[in-house]
Amino acid sequence: MTVPKIPLGEWIERGTDWLDASFGPLFDGIKSVIGGLVGFFEWVLLSGPAWLWMVLFAALAWWLGRWKFAVFTLLGLGLILNLGYWDPTMKTLAMVVTAALISVLLGVPIGILCSRSNAVQNIVTPILDFMQTMPAFVYLIPAVTFFSLGVVPGVIASVIFAIPPTIRLTNLGIRQVPGELMEAASAFGSTSLQKLVKLQLPLALPTILAGINQTIMLSLSMVVFASMIGAQGVGAVVYKAVTQVKIGEGFEAGLAIVILAIMLDRLTQNILKTKRKV
Amino acid sequence: MSVKPVIETRNATKIFGRDPQRALALLQQGWSKERILRETGMTVAVNRVSLSIGEGEIFVIMGLSGSGKSTLVRLLNRLIEPTDGEVLIHGRDIMRMDKRQLLTLRRKTISMVFQRFALFPHRTVAENVEYGLEVQGVPKKERRERARQALEMVGLADWADRMPHELSGGMQQRVGIARALAVDPDVLLMDEAFSALDPLIRREMQDELLDLQSKMQKTIVFITHDLDEALRIGDRIALMRDGAIEQIGTPEEILTRPANDYVKRFVADVDLSKVLTAAHVMIRPEMITPERGPRVALQLMRERGISNIYVVDKNKRLIGAVTAEKASQAAGEGRPLDEIIDRNVETVRPDTLLNELFEKVSNVRIPLAVTDDGGKLLGIVIRGSVLAALAGTREKEGDGP
Repeated sequence: MTVPKIPLGEWIERGTDWLDASFGPLFDGIKSVIGGLVGFFEWVLLSGPAWLWMVLFAALAWWLGRWKFAVFTLLGLGLILNLGYWDPTMKTLAMVVTAALISVLLGVPIGILCSRSNAVQNIVTPILDFMQTMPAFVYLIPAVTFFSLGVVPGVIASVIFAIPPTIRLTNLGIRQVPGELMEAASAFGSTSLQKLVKLQLPLALPTILAGINQTIMLSLSMVVFASMIGAQGVGAVVYKAVTQVKIGEGFEAGLAIVILAIMLDRLTQNILKTKRKV
Repeated sequence: MSVKPVIETRNATKIFGRDPQRALALLQQGWSKERILRETGMTVAVNRVSLSIGEGEIFVIMGLSGSGKSTLVRLLNRLIEPTDGEVLIHGRDIMRMDKRQLLTLRRKTISMVFQRFALFPHRTVAENVEYGLEVQGVPKKERRERARQALEMVGLADWADRMPHELSGGMQQRVGIARALAVDPDVLLMDEAFSALDPLIRREMQDELLDLQSKMQKTIVFITHDLDEALRIGDRIALMRDGAIEQIGTPEEILTRPANDYVKRFVADVDLSKVLTAAHVMIRPEMITPERGPRVALQLMRERGISNIYVVDKNKRLIGAVTAEKASQAAGEGRPLDEIIDRNVETVRPDTLLNELFEKVSNVRIPLAVTDDGGKLLGIVIRGSVLAALAGTREKEGDGP
């Protein structure tokens, strides 16, 4: 006896078709906003001379309290420039920054909602589990369906893949604020909003920043995938090198990604540390 | 105490559990707390408490842990919603207040001091003290100034810009008190405010609280599990057990006229000499004005069977004492009473504790005079009444469990 195959894939396809048909203008709007953001960051990062940005990044690293890290930033970016990957690396950075920005703008409010209601948390948590365990590749398909090829579906896929830590850690950070402090705030006649702004968010900030750090790292890990659907950047170089079996070029471009990753990770972690010191 | 009640509760009740209204009905049918817990799984935390607290009073709610005292104090500002009953602040039922009115009540009328301080760790000492004013929307400059005044009251003005974790426990709780005082509330709720401090600091804080109270006259509801603390600072004490009040009274009343066996056992180990005062053991003095002459004095002493008498002026202010021996001499020689008064007599205040009194009373030959700040003779203390009061302690110890 054969059980007929459940047409799950067919349903999904029909569903996405329907979405595309009904919300086409909305997707177009989202597309132009995200495309505009990436374009803006690219323009900013590529309009000045490379050395200016090297100095600025090193200064930022220094300001966040580590001279060793400042030296690393300078040398790392210098190497990228020397190898000739400056432009694609900056394009990748623009994409990562956009994805991270969108993740924070969406993730922190969702995290706050989760922290305020167990019902919301119970709905959101399994969705986040799903988003993180589903192979990130799969997000590229609907992203392409709705947003065609290019950098925008790459950003969308990155956001879906990278947003969970921000949501989870915002929720966790707020829930970890001791009950007695919340009670004290209530006893002095604070409104819910006052408790959120004056107590919960400041105390949860280190945890939220840890979530944002993870989100940035995850979105960086999406850059090679994103290049498969036409996103520009250093990920595209890696992808091309893989398809053409150019091991040297692949290594160089990969190294550029590693340098970028270390830089972004340390930068955000140092923000975290300076916050903790206060 | 005082006339106008600031806080009143009428049958205030709090039941924790799935269906508090059902438990409430059972409670009103006469079920006990134990039976309700056993058969329904619900907890009667506060059981029909009615009390009335006057303006400027330090009202101590005392009980062992689990007696419902911390829940009761939270019913007074609705941090916990009562299941039933009324809570009136300045005569207004706070159960009928909407959200906005309740916020105003918490912002301006009632503030709270917590057992584990509950200072906000990300704010400086001054910012902590400002908090209540900040949520009211008081402008920055004004709240800075009022926070500074509040910190000055607790002696921490120099610590305004430190973070709470840099302060010792006692100092942190002073910040907690300053934070509560900064909004200038009518009522101060202090939930085991000194319980987390070590005994010496606790003692110091109690004195400081009494000192502050003498300046500001707030209505204070003070929760404690420590009987000594309750006796030391309370104008009146409510003793709680299992969510209900066993007795409400002044420290003396609780000690000397316990309402039931539970209260009796509770206070059995108290050292009365550290609680009772001269006012409690003094008796009505025999006194005479100086114009009356030595013969009248002698006559009075003979009638009462005493060997000396206190001399006061028309306003009952103490002048000195006269012994029978000297009075009879003066009567024989025809001298006036004025010349034989011993003006160098030892006096005590009515709030002098018995343990200090005991030493004094055994060092003097005549009864100890108790006078008020204006020098008015209020009473005298004789050795026998001090001993009797102390003996009262021993009897109590004797029939305890």
